[in-house]
Amino acid sequence: MPQLGVDFIGAIERSGLVGRGGAGFPVGTKWRAVAQRSGGRAVIVVNGAEGEPRSQKDRLLMTTRPHLVLDGAFIAARVLRARRVILYIGERHEKARHAMLRALHERTEPERGLVTLAAAPGRYVAGAETAAIHFLNEGIATPTTAPPLPFEQGVDRAPTLVQNVETLAHIALIARGGRPTSTLITLAGGVARPGVLEVELGTSIGDAVRQGGGVTEQPKAVLVGGYFGSWMEPAEAWKLPLDHRARLGCGVIGLLPASACPVCETAGIMRYLAAESSAQCGPCFFGLRALADACTRIADNRSDGRDLSRLNRWVDEVPGRGACRHPDGAVMFLSSALRVFASDFANHGSHDLRRAA
Amino acid sequence: MRLVVDPIKCDGRGLCAGLLPELIRLDDWGYPIVNPEPLPAHLLPHARRAVEDCPVLAIALRRSQVKK
Ligand SMILES: Cc1cc2nc3c(=O)[nH]c(=O)nc-3n(C[C@H](O)[C@H](O)[C@H](O)COP(=O)(O)O)c2cc1C
Ligand code: SF4
Repeated sequence: MPQLGVDFIGAIERSGLVGRGGAGFPVGTKWRAVAQRSGGRAVIVVNGAEGEPRSQKDRLLMTTRPHLVLDGAFIAARVLRARRVILYIGERHEKARHAMLRALHERTEPERGLVTLAAAPGRYVAGAETAAIHFLNEGIATPTTAPPLPFEQGVDRAPTLVQNVETLAHIALIARGGRPTSTLITLAGGVARPGVLEVELGTSIGDAVRQGGGVTEQPKAVLVGGYFGSWMEPAEAWKLPLDHRARLGCGVIGLLPASACPVCETAGIMRYLAAESSAQCGPCFFGLRALADACTRIADNRSDGRDLSRLNRWVDEVPGRGACRHPDGAVMFLSSALRVFASDFANHGSHDLRRAA
Repeated sequence: MRLVVDPIKCDGRGLCAGLLPELIRLDDWGYPIVNPEPLPAHLLPHARRAVEDCPVLAIALRRSQVKK
């Protein structure tokens, strides 16, 4: 185990590390909040739920570098004086779970004594931090209303740090005197070699795609950050440097081939996100359903002509009104589609209708 | 002070919007959209009424505060 400086949290802050689970929250800030309240009771939740359908990076990291993730978790446990470390790993990520368990058996007795393993249900919202805590406390992986926030009252009602597995790997590297200089991304869609890449921070998306073997077809648009991310024009996306300013989200970079229909693609993802609502909050359950239905009507040429104005009104009304940020993420995604594919949404169907006439 | 809704408790009865139309309107599905601004003093009694009358106790008055 590396020696940690007296001010390790300061070192995290100076490194500029932000969470790699999606929200991009500054890691040092979260650690301070837990450290202040810990009193030796804190709980560390290692978030390996990876519920994002296209993302692969967390399970690959757990499978290939399990000790790095465990190092990060045990450093968090030491610095925050935690009583427990919980490995919260997606139930479908079997290889990752096995690798993590195998690595755990190679650790010291006192370290192993801190750890319990939990299988995160394979639903999108199960990876949200209050859902993880709810599951670990009561066996129900749905988000809860804040306050209390996890750092105030989380697992066992103790101050709790929920941290993504990649974030913890970076913690381990910082403890060895490094700085976060790279990030993991998952390339998806119209790229020659889809899958996980480790890229230097600041690498442009264009260069990352070249490292992934280049495009298979001219892209129509690039989805940066997965299903809670944003569509971008290829020309704009190509230059975008991959770092925490890029709103990388969970790090999925999806290339939409020019032959695909962006409205249909957007509608499909909205239907998925609507179906993944935990159905606890009206604006999320009914709102996302309504957004998905309106997108689908446009995609299917069944719109009454008012759906686009409905969508534009709802994307202002829905965010910020759920217990978790699921509706906010979905709406961010949809708003970007309405912006980047404005003419596709406005003209969708007219070709087919003309042809049918 | 400002009004906050617990979105899990709220089941869209809509009483609050009737009591405090100045600050609360309903979305297309009947759920309240609350003005996030601090409450003007003259509306405080109406806001208290909305808090007390909510059948599922989903609304609360919170001291306006700067985020942590
Ligand atoms: C609907 C929803 C799903 C989420 N799923 C995951 C997930 O699968 N894995 C993850 O690490 N974070 C996920 N998050 C983010 C977590 O709430 C939390 O911010 C994160 O685990 C904190 O770790 P980080 O700061 O290291 O990123 C999700 C958030 C939301 C709102
Ligand atoms: S906002 Fe949606 S996903 Fe989040 S807790 Fe409410 S209903 Fe569930």
